[in-house]
Amino acid sequence: MPILEGKELHIIGFLCNWCSYGGADTAGVGRFVQPTDLRIIKTPCTGRINPLFIMRAFLNGADGVLVSGCHPRDCHYSQGNFFARRRLEVLRALLPVVGIAPERFAYTWVSASEGQRWKTVVERFTEQIHALGPIPAFADPGRIETCLRGQANPYGGSHALTA
Amino acid sequence: MPSRLEELKDGIRKALPDLDMVLAWGQGPDSLRRKPLFIVSQADIDKIVWDPCCSPNLAGYLTGLRGKKVGIVVKGCDCRSVVELIQEKLVDRAEVTIFGLHCEGTIDPAKVRATLPGDARGAFGDCRVSDGRIRFASDTSLQNLAASDAFYDKCLHCSDPNAGFCDYFIGERGTPPPVSTAPPDALERLEAMGLEERFRFWEQAMDRCVRCYACRNACPLCVCKDHCLAQSRDPHWVDQTDHPREKLMFQVIHALHTAGRCVECGECERACPMGLPVMALKRALNRQINELFDYRAGLDPEAIPPLFTFREEEDRIGEKKWS
Repeated sequence: MPILEGKELHIIGFLCNWCSYGGADTAGVGRFVQPTDLRIIKTPCTGRINPLFIMRAFLNGADGVLVSGCHPRDCHYSQGNFFARRRLEVLRALLPVVGIAPERFAYTWVSASEGQRWKTVVERFTEQIHALGPIPAFADPGRIETCLRGQANPYGGSHALTA
Repeated sequence: MPSRLEELKDGIRKALPDLDMVLAWGQGPDSLRRKPLFIVSQADIDKIVWDPCCSPNLAGYLTGLRGKKVGIVVKGCDCRSVVELIQEKLVDRAEVTIFGLHCEGTIDPAKVRATLPGDARGAFGDCRVSDGRIRFASDTSLQNLAASDAFYDKCLHCSDPNAGFCDYFIGERGTPPPVSTAPPDALERLEAMGLEERFRFWEQAMDRCVRCYACRNACPLCVCKDHCLAQSRDPHWVDQTDHPREKLMFQVIHALHTAGRCVECGECERACPMGLPVMALKRALNRQINELFDYRAGLDPEAIPPLFTFREEEDRIGEKKWS
């Protein structure tokens, strides 16, 4: 049973298909124990990650967002992570202006063989997010947050996210 | 010596035979506002107005006038918008003739009305700038305002009031206003708050937003027209619900889509009927881009925008350490 069960926060991970997703898989195959707050979304490349993905996640109530891809010069598509690095670094400046602690967002590079590194990244990032606590919520929760926080779906759908 | 306005009229008069249209400013709905003037004949030239109330940025019309020979009158910030449009190949350099001016700052009607007593509509006649103060001569009185009480915030923080890239420069060049004396702008005021307070600020601001998209429609760089993400159902970036979250999401989209392109002309804020400081988001991104890549938008039509390129080793981007 996860140590933090019941106290978990929402952390969204955008991982590239070729390196970090493989790295997370390696960590799993190696049976490394990791915090379970992270929900992984696989993308073809970090270059595919629109900074708006991250902003949408935060505004929808994610407490942290982690982006991980191939190490620089190791990108499967040669250049994707170089473009991503610039975009994500620019995005970082927007977060504090809208009142989101910039520490809630991080990006890093993990290769498919670095299972141990992946475990470290997940542990450190989860610690960091737990130190910050839940993200400020809108006074009117609106339907997305109501669904995300696992309360009854006001729109009657059966799946929490299909409302 | 002819006044700047006369010089401008002369320039346009000479150039007009070779052009389909010239964009300038004409009398607006009241004495503090000017509206765009589309000059197609010599007779229209006499309707041109040039004073500190000429705030609209005319660059936004250029993309809709492609294929025509168009002249445009620009202030410093408008000129940067035109450069940006040329850089992005949204406007053909050969089709535009740019008449550049030095701008002393533009009048924010809301500020003036808040500062001066009584109903000011229509009460201001002549408006001049001298020694950093703005003088309004009305029928009955002469009002004298400090720049910070009359100009848009963006003008108080202007980096270059001269049109830097133009075919004809009218009048003399001037210097930007001293930044040290400028009152804090919206971004600085936001940064004086704590994080939670900033979030609440935007929550309340976006609660007031009427979602008219005037900010987008006024933006000279919002050129997606019928393909704006705000109206797209697939992908469904923005929900149609009336919730601050969705409206803030739209502002974030606007800011990120203009990151590294926005020239801070202030049209988004000028057009906002609720007076929301939406340009603060764009200023924050521009500042970051300037710090990381030493780049400012709208200065060089040949430059490669920093987000369109990369370096394998970035000088100013460090890697996060985990252990």
